[in-house]
Amino acid sequence: MTDSYSRLINTPLGKRAAKALGLPHPVPLRRYEPGVEDLPGREVLVLGGEGADPLAARLLSQGRSVHRHPEPRTAYAAVIADFSAAAEPGDLQETALALGHALKGMAAHGRIVVLGRPASPQDAPGTAAARAGVVGLMRSVAHEVRRGATCNALLLEDGVEPGSDDAAAPLRFLLSTRSAYVNGQPLTVRPGGAATDPDRPLAGKTAVVTGAARGIGAAIVRRLSADGARVLLVDVPAAGEALTNVANEVGGVALQLDITAEDAGRRIAEAASARLGPIDVLVHNAGITRDKLLANMDEARWASVIAVNVSSQLAMNRQLLDSGALGPAPRFVSLASTSGIAGNRGQSNYAASKAGIIGMVAAEAERFARAGGTVNAVAPGFIETEMTRAMPAVTREVARRLNSLQQGGVPDDVAQAVGFLASDAAAGISGQTLRVCGQSMVGA
Amino acid sequence: MPDAYVLGGNRIPFARSHGTYAQVGNREMLTAALDGLAARYGLARREIGEVAAGAVLKHSRDFNLTREAVLGSALAPTTPAYDVQQACATGMEAVWGLSNKIRLGQLSSAIAGGADTASDAPIVVSEGLRRRLLELARARTLGQRLAAAAKIRPGDLKPQAPSTEEPRTGLSMGEHQAVTTAAWGIERTAQDELALASHHRLAAAYERGFFDDLVTGFRGLSRDGNLRPGSTLEKLGSLQPVFGRSLQEEATMTAGNSTPLTDGAATVLLGSREWAAEQGLTPLARVVDAEAAAVDFVSGEEGLLMAPVYAVSRLLRRLDLGFADIDSFEIHEAFAATVLCALAAWESEEFCRERLGRSEPLGTVDRSKLNVNGSSLAAGHPFAATGGRIVATLAKQLHEDSARTGRPQRGLISVCAAGGLGVAMVLEADASTA
Repeated sequence: MTDSYSRLINTPLGKRAAKALGLPHPVPLRRYEPGVEDLPGREVLVLGGEGADPLAARLLSQGRSVHRHPEPRTAYAAVIADFSAAAEPGDLQETALALGHALKGMAAHGRIVVLGRPASPQDAPGTAAARAGVVGLMRSVAHEVRRGATCNALLLEDGVEPGSDDAAAPLRFLLSTRSAYVNGQPLTVRPGGAATDPDRPLAGKTAVVTGAARGIGAAIVRRLSADGARVLLVDVPAAGEALTNVANEVGGVALQLDITAEDAGRRIAEAASARLGPIDVLVHNAGITRDKLLANMDEARWASVIAVNVSSQLAMNRQLLDSGALGPAPRFVSLASTSGIAGNRGQSNYAASKAGIIGMVAAEAERFARAGGTVNAVAPGFIETEMTRAMPAVTREVARRLNSLQQGGVPDDVAQAVGFLASDAAAGISGQTLRVCGQSMVGA
Repeated sequence: MPDAYVLGGNRIPFARSHGTYAQVGNREMLTAALDGLAARYGLARREIGEVAAGAVLKHSRDFNLTREAVLGSALAPTTPAYDVQQACATGMEAVWGLSNKIRLGQLSSAIAGGADTASDAPIVVSEGLRRRLLELARARTLGQRLAAAAKIRPGDLKPQAPSTEEPRTGLSMGEHQAVTTAAWGIERTAQDELALASHHRLAAAYERGFFDDLVTGFRGLSRDGNLRPGSTLEKLGSLQPVFGRSLQEEATMTAGNSTPLTDGAATVLLGSREWAAEQGLTPLARVVDAEAAAVDFVSGEEGLLMAPVYAVSRLLRRLDLGFADIDSFEIHEAFAATVLCALAAWESEEFCRERLGRSEPLGTVDRSKLNVNGSSLAAGHPFAATGGRIVATLAKQLHEDSARTGRPQRGLISVCAAGGLGVAMVLEADASTA
């Protein structure tokens, strides 16, 4: 908990005032620490028809206390509601109402995961309505839950069953403390997800992180390193001193490089191949802002943001895919932004670049699939960083509260989502943009 | 005998004294240079065979400067270290000594370097005060203490700042060079042109990213503070001479064609081929051989900064090489005139015959092969750091040229130093290091 409002509101007096005045009441989130239980309790409720039985059995085998029906006076640490068999909107009712019943006793920091199927134009209209409806339901529940609980959805592609390994790997992320600031988000799951060591999911992997010297980039480096990866840290020469410190902190290798250089991809490939080995993970984090209302925008501001934030990634991806320097299952993760989803006053260049990233990863999924890998984006919402500390106080305070968790995230929240998408647990997830925003109202 | 290779380098940008690094000491600068090297080559918490570095302007508290810098750095605290000092050739001597240990099989990895600051130079109490204070320390009784204290005179309290004056002649380095410059008839324009080329070439090297893996920013500086990319012959020509004004000949040496006092630190990573392979590091160039020389400048028989002219000649003779065998020359630009005097001496039949014992002159240095990435006139010259800067820069250039041409590349380094000293070294990048 980093902001002073949150500190005030979590004092006994503050709590009473918040309740009386209807003020936001953010609670300190339960975040990942090595060796600490992922769920805040043992009681797990699995809702849905027979299709959910294998999932219930799997959770039982993990030592959870599994229930199939909501029981009174039970504080559930997690509720998994399976809607994957829904063929008509009317099919949602029974499980939806059972979920509602369970919500009353939900444990603080509990996790709700809704299982559904991605709606597609090829579906029967009734089935598509039911499938799309699940996402609306999930988003509403995410708004309704309190006390640090979250609700997200896994949309299982045909052939991925609720109790399968394919579904279990991403499910584990959404149930864990690693997803503390992910709320109200759907992820589509294809086959491929593999179980990973919960505390060292990236053991033995080689990762490259651009923009690694500061802020979210440095947090990503620390996360990937703590999760077992060896890291090549890339940043511009002007950030060399900070880059050195982060690199030495994690025992990584620093590469001073302007990613807009024509041969940036080749130079990253060379440095990684020589020093660390084939690249398993690449995180395109480097980005800049040059804010100006479009009416006042000049060429330099527009061009530099597009060049750094998106054109460089397109060029590097091309060079790296052709380089032979990638491992057998390369996972690339790009940093997008909620500005790229909702747009933002004064950020037409930035929003264009970040929306561009969302389009880019969707379009590159197939190419990465041919290389055995995945490509995704993470879109952070309001994150407490040096950059947001520099915002005007009122703007900052409003931005911070405009999400279901009523607080800003921390850099490691973003890093955790990146780490998940970089791991083999996310092998069935590609071409997608995962928001880490506490369910921000912006662009929702 | 195993070979010793230059595997890489790192320095902090050099800053003009009393500028960006005014509040920073040698230890901090050397530590930063070591940290940047550790980050670049993934050496954090790794034990290196030995680290040797030094400083010319050194506080007495920095008696173990290099070891203290290692302890403050990201390197393993079990890395041994020692201090070296050979005036402006300190960095060269460090590279040379450690390379020889590698060649003897005593080390498989090493880091050579140096740091200097004129901003944080030690200021010494007067000799009189020093003696009285020591006497005071030896005093046992109150009476003895009072007697010792009473001997201190107001005149004793004047501190002594360090200077670049030669202790035996009382002349500054610039005044010494001015005598040599005049003796060789080196013209002002030639000096300014050399200075201009240094600035333009250093700036161009930064522009093409050549220093991305040789320099790490420090204290907000990411390029050398002395670099003037926009310098012109007109600007350089407008400067007033600062050295040699009392000589009969026209004074030609200005602040523009002489190196300013500079703060900075540089390091070079050295290792055997086997160690490099284990670390996944690319050998850039082999340390072939080196030679030191000294001249009798006190009697005036030879110019103060002319020793490397002799060292180069002897080294090439030992290796049976001529200038035609050298692909890249790095001649330290203490002053533009230092370089030009050396070039003139090697071209002079008389000098080469009488002083170097050669039947033919060594010949002309192709200017397109000389200091191709700029040198001290542009980068600045923190005395002990210059050797490391030159060795790492040349090794990288030779490696690139060798990879580009597919042919072995040989480089020659010449560094002059106070006290009439000079060191020459030959590096070689062969096809196997490319």
